[in-house]
Amino acid sequence: MLGKLSWEAIPFHEPIVMVTSAVVAIAITAVLAWVIFKGYLPYLWKEWLSSVDHKRIGVMYIVLGLVMLLRGFADAIMMRSQQAVAMGSGGFLPPEHYDQIFSAHGTIMIFFVAMPLVIGLMNFAVPLQLGARDVAFPVLNSVGFWLTATGALLVNISLFIGEFARTGWLPYPPLSELTYSPGVGVDYYLWALQISGAGTLLSGVNLVTTVLKVRAPGMNYLHMPIFCWTTLASNLLIVAAFPILTATLAMLLLDRYLGFHFFTNEAGGNPMMFMNLIWAWGHPEVYILVLPAFGIFSEVFSTFSGKPLFGYRSMVAATMGICILSFMVWLHHFFTMGAGADVNAIFGIATMVIAVPTGVKIYNWLFTMYSGRVVFATPMLWALGFVVTFVVGGITGVLLAVPPADFVLHNSLFLVAHFHNVIIGGVVFGIFAGYEYWFPKAFGFRLHGGLGKAAFWFWIIGFYVAFMPLYALGLMGMTRRMQHYDVPEWQPWLLVAAGGAALIAIGVALQVVQLVWSIRHREALRDVTGDPWNGRTLEWMTPSPPPMFNFAVMPNVEGVEAYWMRKQTAIEQQALRPEPDYHDIHMPRNSPAGFICAFFAATMGFALIWHIWWLVALAFVGAWAVFVVVAWRDEHEEAIPAATVASVDRANRAARAAVLPKLRPLS
Amino acid sequence: MAGHAAALTEEPEHGPSKRIVVAYGFWIFLISDIILFSALFATYAVLTDATAGGPTGRDLFELPTVAVETGCLLLSTVFCGLAGIGAQARRNGLYYGAMAATFVLGATFVAIELHEFASMIHLGAGPGRSAFLSAFFALIGCHGLHVTAGLLWLLTMMAQVYAKGYRADIQRRLLCFALFWHTLDIIWVALFSLVYLVGVAPR
Repeated sequence: MLGKLSWEAIPFHEPIVMVTSAVVAIAITAVLAWVIFKGYLPYLWKEWLSSVDHKRIGVMYIVLGLVMLLRGFADAIMMRSQQAVAMGSGGFLPPEHYDQIFSAHGTIMIFFVAMPLVIGLMNFAVPLQLGARDVAFPVLNSVGFWLTATGALLVNISLFIGEFARTGWLPYPPLSELTYSPGVGVDYYLWALQISGAGTLLSGVNLVTTVLKVRAPGMNYLHMPIFCWTTLASNLLIVAAFPILTATLAMLLLDRYLGFHFFTNEAGGNPMMFMNLIWAWGHPEVYILVLPAFGIFSEVFSTFSGKPLFGYRSMVAATMGICILSFMVWLHHFFTMGAGADVNAIFGIATMVIAVPTGVKIYNWLFTMYSGRVVFATPMLWALGFVVTFVVGGITGVLLAVPPADFVLHNSLFLVAHFHNVIIGGVVFGIFAGYEYWFPKAFGFRLHGGLGKAAFWFWIIGFYVAFMPLYALGLMGMTRRMQHYDVPEWQPWLLVAAGGAALIAIGVALQVVQLVWSIRHREALRDVTGDPWNGRTLEWMTPSPPPMFNFAVMPNVEGVEAYWMRKQTAIEQQALRPEPDYHDIHMPRNSPAGFICAFFAATMGFALIWHIWWLVALAFVGAWAVFVVVAWRDEHEEAIPAATVASVDRANRAARAAVLPKLRPLS
Repeated sequence: MAGHAAALTEEPEHGPSKRIVVAYGFWIFLISDIILFSALFATYAVLTDATAGGPTGRDLFELPTVAVETGCLLLSTVFCGLAGIGAQARRNGLYYGAMAATFVLGATFVAIELHEFASMIHLGAGPGRSAFLSAFFALIGCHGLHVTAGLLWLLTMMAQVYAKGYRADIQRRLLCFALFWHTLDIIWVALFSLVYLVGVAPR
């Protein structure tokens, strides 16, 4: 009846897990009770859960990413403290638990922290920057988000019911095959990623179509802000790379569920094929994450230097160059496979070539600041921290791209230090810059500056203290994923690294405090003009927060930095453009499809993991029925009356006219 | 995946029409689907010789059966095109007739494929026999699953036209369905050539 599921799946004997479970259960119950008793449930459903507004969906992605960041960071703290004490002893985490923690940490941080945060920022900002009212496929957008959330839910369920994979964040066979991983851990991993991967693909299709087909009049390709370009590149990579992940994980599923022999040791299976396939997705994935971050930094450097971005066209070329090159380097993840000197040399050189367009970008950012009026606001601090940190990470990457060096360093903590160096220094700093930068646009008030800066300093110092020792440990021969060790020379470095993690924890705590403090004092931090940073791109033309329809009338774009040009004209003439004619605006109606779809997807995933076949069939039929019912709807859109549009726009115009005399022209 | 998700107004103030946006987005999705198949093709290419002492393609493939399968699918594409014309002309007889013919031919294709799978498994040449057969069953089976999903979609489209008529949004969904069906045909041509024809070729 319940397949493999029984009471033994609950880890009663592990106090850490049980206490965590209890805390999480209490927290969820408390939040739910608060929402219900306060009567917020209809609001939550109508304005958020069933919303197809790209800005709301973007915010929900970001909330998901931030919550999962806390979970992934808790795993990180446990690993650092385990390694700090596990010299010559077992530490406090048994191996089977420790293995799940490092697997969950990597999986969560990439798929359920970095991806939702990056996709959330793209979803929120790109249609605004393009001068569009919405994305190309709003309902699809909602479905994509909810499938991602489903994946995150399954990963979290694995903590309490059953177990998670013990195979590392990429389940390399033959270890991940049924023979060596007979439990449900790998199955949790696979189904969580298949479901969220489908969501990511839908989001990719949607954003590619949006950037290519849904833009304001006059917004031709070379008028688009750089963040739109990097979004295009990143989503093209999603469309091109995620199907490979889906296919690869499907093959492993077939091996595990139906006795196929893709990656097994027997019957001609080829485990190395898994490494090739997974990295054919995995390396582009690195750029799926970091290219949007590059876009955010470009916006931030330009805005806070008061200058147009230096070398706009070379930035576009570099972005698209990286987009293509990212598919030509996957083999550097396993130089030790034995492909031979020639193959390794080609992939090593291809890897180093990526440093060229990346270098172009770094210089463009530096030259953007050159002779600009640099304002050291919180987003700018993250951007400056990024330039320094990312260059260090990039250089160690080029070192690892030298095959003979890689033979020594692969699988060591040097590698761990390198990819945290680029992912934290690049992606995470970029996400925080974007979070600080667009927060006032999303909610109508700024985040507290002092707390944000304090958080930045704890983060960046904590980062160096936590990860520089790992480079040293790698050179001293310490391999990754060790539950215990018996080399006394390593321990001081690991203690320092644990101290660094504690500093980052203070940074995270400060960010939580910053958010809570800013919400409570939001009136003092209110952004009344919709343009808190003296911005240059179209999103700053809308009020904060923007209305559901974004733009009362479609903006006519006449160049790069469309909003900046308008603003300068208005300042020179000391007058806004004449009031336009307002018309009814048709916007898509809310749709429960995404949420219901996620319900069935979660049920189906859980049933597949535990081999509850009748429930699989039931959930499949339910999901299909949802699609048919949604397709049966007659009213897809609702009209927003011209009077409403006019009142929103007149308020925005009045706010801007009020500050106009205070603004001085800047070129 | 149908066009119900499109958001632009029916008559946009500027830019491409909703029909263009929907079809464009669906093309992007189809490209991703083709990449999915290319991963399976690459795997099949790597594992072709990994027969582990078991039967090879030459021992198993029956070209006459596959030729009938191919005929069914290619012919179904013709009827799928006719159904599109019928929908545009709003001619019920042509639309329903051609859709029904598409369904029958598609279902025949799936039935023959299932029969082929069953007889191979019966011979002890199932997907668990060797890596080669794993790759074969996954590649052909993935295409078969797509055709099956297409058949479900086809029935839904017939019901939609019956209930709602030839509305603009339903026409867009039909357009996407036709693109999907033709893509499956193109993929089958590659499968037929690279798996079956190359598979039985003398070495």
